[in-house]
Amino acid sequence: MSYMTINNRRVAFDDEKNVLSVIRKSGIDLPTFCYHSELSTYGACRMCVVEDDRGRIFASCSEVPRDGMVIFTNTPRLQHHRKMILELLLASHCRDCTTCRKNGICTLQKLAMQMGVNYIRFENNKPIVPIDESSDCIVRDPNKCILCGDCVRTCEEHQGLGILEFAFRGSRMQVTPAFNRSLADTDCVGCGQCRVVCPTGAITIKHNIMPIWKLIYDPNVRVVVQIAPAVRIAIGDKFGLKKGENAIGRLVAALRRMGFDEIYDTNFGADLTVMEEAQELLERLEKGENLPLFTSCCPGWVKYCETKYPELAGHISTCRSPQQMFGAVLKEDARMNQEDHRRTVVVSIMPCTAKKAEIRRPEHFTDGEQDVDFVLTTTEVSRMIQESGIDLAQLQPEALDMPFGISSGAGAIFGVTGGVTEAVLRRLQNSNRIEDLEEISFTGIRGVDGIKEATVKLGDREVKIAVVNGLKCAGEVMEKLKSGEMYYDFVEVMACKRGCVTGGGQPLPIGPRTKKARVKALYRIDNLAQIKLSNENPIVQSLYDGLLKGKEHKLLHNDIVRGTSK
Amino acid sequence: MNRIENREALDQLRKESEQKIKNSRCRILICAGTGCLAGGSDQIYRRMCELVKNHPDVEVKFGAEIAHGDGEIGVKKSGCHGFCEMGPLMRIEPLGLLYTKVKPEDCDEIFHRTIEKGEPIRHLLYKQDGIEYPTQEEIPFYKKQTRLVLKNCGHIDAEHIEEYISTGGYTALEKVLFTMTPEEVVQEVSDSNLRGRGGGGFTTGYKWSQVAKQEETTRYIVCNGDEGDPGAFMDRSIMEGDPHKMIEGMMIAAYAVSAQEGYVYVRAEYPLAIRRLRRAIAQAEECGLLGENILGSGFSFRLHINRGAGAFVCGEGSALTASIEGNRGMPRVKPPRTVEQGLFAKPTVLNNVETFANVPMILNNGAAWYKSIGPENSPGTKAFALTGTVKNTGLIEVPMGTTLREVIYDIGGGIKGDGKFKAVQIGGPSGGCLITPHLDVSLDFDSLKKMGAMIGSGGLVVMDNHTCMVEVARFFMNFTQNESCGKCVPCREGTKRMLEILERIVAGNGELEDLDTLDELAHTITDTALCGLGKSAALPVMSTLKLFREEYEEHVVKKKCRSHNCTALRRFVISPERCKGCSKCARNCPADAISGQIKEAFYIDPSKCIKCGACESSCAFGAIHIED
Repeated sequence: MSYMTINNRRVAFDDEKNVLSVIRKSGIDLPTFCYHSELSTYGACRMCVVEDDRGRIFASCSEVPRDGMVIFTNTPRLQHHRKMILELLLASHCRDCTTCRKNGICTLQKLAMQMGVNYIRFENNKPIVPIDESSDCIVRDPNKCILCGDCVRTCEEHQGLGILEFAFRGSRMQVTPAFNRSLADTDCVGCGQCRVVCPTGAITIKHNIMPIWKLIYDPNVRVVVQIAPAVRIAIGDKFGLKKGENAIGRLVAALRRMGFDEIYDTNFGADLTVMEEAQELLERLEKGENLPLFTSCCPGWVKYCETKYPELAGHISTCRSPQQMFGAVLKEDARMNQEDHRRTVVVSIMPCTAKKAEIRRPEHFTDGEQDVDFVLTTTEVSRMIQESGIDLAQLQPEALDMPFGISSGAGAIFGVTGGVTEAVLRRLQNSNRIEDLEEISFTGIRGVDGIKEATVKLGDREVKIAVVNGLKCAGEVMEKLKSGEMYYDFVEVMACKRGCVTGGGQPLPIGPRTKKARVKALYRIDNLAQIKLSNENPIVQSLYDGLLKGKEHKLLHNDIVRGTSK
Repeated sequence: MNRIENREALDQLRKESEQKIKNSRCRILICAGTGCLAGGSDQIYRRMCELVKNHPDVEVKFGAEIAHGDGEIGVKKSGCHGFCEMGPLMRIEPLGLLYTKVKPEDCDEIFHRTIEKGEPIRHLLYKQDGIEYPTQEEIPFYKKQTRLVLKNCGHIDAEHIEEYISTGGYTALEKVLFTMTPEEVVQEVSDSNLRGRGGGGFTTGYKWSQVAKQEETTRYIVCNGDEGDPGAFMDRSIMEGDPHKMIEGMMIAAYAVSAQEGYVYVRAEYPLAIRRLRRAIAQAEECGLLGENILGSGFSFRLHINRGAGAFVCGEGSALTASIEGNRGMPRVKPPRTVEQGLFAKPTVLNNVETFANVPMILNNGAAWYKSIGPENSPGTKAFALTGTVKNTGLIEVPMGTTLREVIYDIGGGIKGDGKFKAVQIGGPSGGCLITPHLDVSLDFDSLKKMGAMIGSGGLVVMDNHTCMVEVARFFMNFTQNESCGKCVPCREGTKRMLEILERIVAGNGELEDLDTLDELAHTITDTALCGLGKSAALPVMSTLKLFREEYEEHVVKKKCRSHNCTALRRFVISPERCKGCSKCARNCPADAISGQIKEAFYIDPSKCIKCGACESSCAFGAIHIED
């Protein structure tokens, strides 16, 4: 244990990788724009500067803590510099705060207020750059960019994509895809992780709120909504609920008050996915062909694999994602129902921006009809609830609608890395004894590591599994598969770190504590669930015997040929 | 050329080359530095070649570009002689004559009189204060210098390795390879207290020892030849004039830290330096001085050239390595330092051209000898690019600790024209200004730092009273702003705002508060910028603001520029006593700003005047001038 003196107080530290971490641990919230503990240190915003006892000023994010260091974090000099930096940033920044999507959660806005930047001496003479709305998932407004590079590093270091880069120099510098292409012209998978780290309104979710309100108030339309697993544990963020609190009941109550006609659970869709995917794995294992089986729930991953590793894309499961399975079932159900003459619109509430693109893929139309019509992210739904004047925290929880409101714990953990694998393994093991369930959870598939490996015995066959989160890690696994260095039977990939809980559409900010709380919350939902196995969900059973009979393939699978391997 | 297999063979080659040069009847060294080339030295070279070739009485065996041997005449392209003001230059050996401002039409005379008969041609000799100086060594510009690093520049043919070898080249390499351990080499360089010539003045030996002690065994030697300061051309001259000296220095560094690969990062704006370096490397490879098992010692070293794409920021260490790696040239945060994780994240020795060029002579003559030159803390010599309103501009080399006065008046010959010395800008866009009271300050790392300036890479711009210091600050800020990489906020946004303010001031729209804002911005940039270039970006402004605050105030309060430099602040007036009322000025005025009655004094309407000065130059009576 070593010690340093911060603002005349002795502070202990041990293995903190930089002075900033020590300062923050000591309870001082030193401001930064470009520092994220999970990304490489960039050191560009210079907000975290501190002064030592010899009057030397340095950025604490890139200084290694040394025993006996004496530093000050808030001298008049530092205050002056921070204010000046903020003034300079604001001077070249769009200042239409009131109409900005990030109003209220913008770090630049927050710090300007916190540091008391009351006037700006300089004129904003930066040329206006067009806004890129080409993507279905996110909107990029370079005029609000402060060039902290968080998106650039996230895309490169976590997702291994490198869609965004810096171009031009000095005050003409911009963050942009190569050759100033629009996002739609790149291999962007729409995961929205750049939006999660963006401190300002430069990268935001593409909102679809307006058409939904109109549909809700259209008497000829039946608006059916499905709620993804990771939504319920994040929706409370904006309404003062505890981080990670399961607010599904309150959300249902709110959605009902807002006028949604029927409210179901995507966890049910996840249960269907487990049934189909487990079956597919068994078949492939039996035949010994087309292994490994890649999961298909995450649209970011699916697109990544199709564009970066087309030669391996044939391994992707033919199963639709839970959202799409459920959408197809709901639409089929509506088509069968002759009594209701209203048009059915399926809306899904997702933690994910990539889902907005998934619904528009050609294979996600059944009988010419789009299975899911709209995707709203958790953030957009928070906004809609606020627009309605509803205080989520004050609502009494209400139950989901039947019949598709029943789901298993296996469906709930779809929102966290390793969850899909765990759910499939439960199905295959087909035992709800606590010991058996625990055995699965201790195989090594839980946890936040980018690549987790496990070997599970199914009958007399050992099944080798890889669980991946973050597309950069997915790339590593793909390379190993290609080179033959590794062999797997089953590979689960979620594009976002930790899975859907930190998805691109989730409410911000998502700090280290939030991440932890959300992961924990999903496992808690599973712990409390009456039904642990997807195949024990009674509605699933009855659906297979009823509506799905003979249509399993049509509604739950994709027939497209992916990639180049087949 | 045959491969040199061992020490003995190298020694043999050295002796042969030396003898050949000694035996040659005459050597004509035509400066082929960038400055003289621009002055037409290439034509001079071709003409001299023709003359030598076609002359029946002279026995010539003329090679491609070199000729030496018994009784031959060699015509050679040398590197920069340094005396750029007087270029194109031609040195004739063994007479030691230096001809200045040579024109192609002078060649015949030179050949027939000097080469054939040994007569000096008086009108081509350098003259100062009525005295003629036939030989280079006598000219005051050279006499006051101590040319160690630049010793060979202008004296040897830079395109042939034998010439370098003949002057004792690669003896230092030979010495370290066969008589010293790597540790001893590091120790020797540490003892010499050689400090990096790139600007920071970091101790070279310490840097090497840091690399040598890293666990990682793949190491790199990188030479920073990205000399981007406006007005600086020391490194270029070394690369063009004596490339092997730098290569030898790099090889010694490689031996000292057990590196096997090196990179020279040269800016793309130095095509000649790149060509000469390529040639030098090719020749060294051909004769086995680069490559595997050099001189049979077991030591191997490969050298690559990397062309920069013209970004000033790539002179910063981490941006430079990023650029070599193929990434955007942008500085990164440290630690890890370059010595720990530099190029390709491996331990890297990164020094500039001049530093490496100092190394061979330190190893040859010993650390004690080196320390005897210049002050204790900054030993050795320093090359400066002397430019501006000084009589003798050019490349000079003086011992550290020489005063500014000696440089400007003794070597530079004083201020050109009728001007008076006002200031000298040292260290380029990262440096500051020194004024008359500083003339006796010793030019070394520590003294200059105390004065708020820095040696930088060694650009020395002399300015007289016709220079506006606000404009100087604006010029450098414009440069820095254009060259900012854009990474950190203070440099990216701060320099932009500083430039805007300075532009406002020179345009006559400044306000007093602007000076405070400038000062505030300068402090924030200096204290908080990410890299060395950013931290020093505001120095020219801080320095001029401190030393010439009254000039700034005049600009913003009186809207006046005392040196008449700022166009927008010029106020043309017609003195009624002198004006004859001829109306010529009014007819010449493109803005119709001048009016009056014939044979009466005319008047310039300041609100219409566009300050072009057409009236002033058209007036036959000198009646129009800029108001003081």
